[in-house]
Amino acid sequence: MVYTEEEYQQKRPKLMHELSITAHLLDLALQHGAAVNARRVTDLYLVIGDLSSMVDESVQFYWDMITPGTLAEGAQLHFERVPIKMRCLTCNQEFTPPKGTFGCSLCGSDQVRIIGGDEFRLDSIGVECDQPLEMEKGT
Amino acid sequence: MVQVQVVENILSANDRIADQNRERLDQAGVFSINFMASPGAGKTSTILATHALLKDRLRVGMINGDLASTIDADRAAGAGMPSMQINTGGSCHLDAVMLHNALQNFPLDQVDLLIVENVGNLVCPAGFQLGTHLNVLIASIPEGDDKPYKYPPMYRGVNVLLINKIDVLPYFKFNMDYFRKGVEILNPEVVTFPICATSGEGVGAWVDWLADQVKRNRR
Ligand SMILES: Nc1nc2c(ncn2[C@@H]2O[C@H](COP(=O)(O)OP(=O)(O)O)[C@@H](O)[C@H]2O)c(=O)[nH]1
Ligand SMILES: [Mg+2]
Ligand SMILES: [Zn+2]
Repeated sequence: MVYTEEEYQQKRPKLMHELSITAHLLDLALQHGAAVNARRVTDLYLVIGDLSSMVDESVQFYWDMITPGTLAEGAQLHFERVPIKMRCLTCNQEFTPPKGTFGCSLCGSDQVRIIGGDEFRLDSIGVECDQPLEMEKGT
Repeated sequence: MVQVQVVENILSANDRIADQNRERLDQAGVFSINFMASPGAGKTSTILATHALLKDRLRVGMINGDLASTIDADRAAGAGMPSMQINTGGSCHLDAVMLHNALQNFPLDQVDLLIVENVGNLVCPAGFQLGTHLNVLIASIPEGDDKPYKYPPMYRGVNVLLINKIDVLPYFKFNMDYFRKGVEILNPEVVTFPICATSGEGVGAWVDWLADQVKRNRR
């Protein structure tokens, strides 16, 4: 992804946001990698709900930029996207609303509650270790 | 490859610093709120209006996060509030570390209520807890009634919603029911006050509620 100066200035606020998220992500991966004496962190498994503001492509862009020279250099990011999930209080069904709308897509009711889509976590990492891992590691 | 369980929020490191900020504020007996909104929604105006109505009851201070200028912090200082500017160095939001550093130098012993004006932005500040007692979103009428639907994370994470610039309602196509419906779905628990920061209309109700929160926190 290469931006012209104008595009960059336009996107910059948004880009800065993803940069700080990516930096936190790297810290987290390195910290958990070091905790098991990993030689390399090879994979990150992320679970991101559609109600959290994060652009996967931007995180990937920054990831490639800030990881060289670290334990996580070249590690692959796996994004599991979780759609917004709602429950209708009228017909009691669960549904995922089309973007920008909140009403029940089954019966049209606007009496709905959000039950999923806030996820914003690193679930696990894949590592290579010199010594086999001890499995009793507490969480 | 060996898989290692993590199961941690990506911003958990920020949350830990936010917890420290809260502790420090509580130790100092300072109640704090984080004002978030788009640029121009009326954050600074609302801070000044809040101070004007509260100043006989509580000592109010402000910390302002801005990309470059000190205009807002100067306005607050001009109104007699202890105020401080955090230069965010181009960042689109404040984070817990920035507030942590600012608190090292802020005269906490001179205030009962600290209002943090976040960087004007409807996206980025949402995920970054600062450790304040309340997160407050200011939505203003000219922004349009569809903003909850377009910026769910921001509406989802706040304790208080101030609907500002109600004086201009007659001039905008703003469907309050549609707006409030979106808010209610995203955040059924949010406490809402319609206000006009410039005339002071509605600000009294917000300020009384806030003073009550400060009092409760002291007990
Ligand atoms: N009509 C009207 N204008 C307002 C109101 N509150 C703020 N403004 C104006 O909106 C502009 C931006 O306000 P400011 O407080 O600087 O917004 P901030 O960028 O969110 O801090 C200024 O010109 C204010 O005078 C209001 O309640 N009604
Ligand atoms: Mg301002
Ligand atoms: Zn339904």
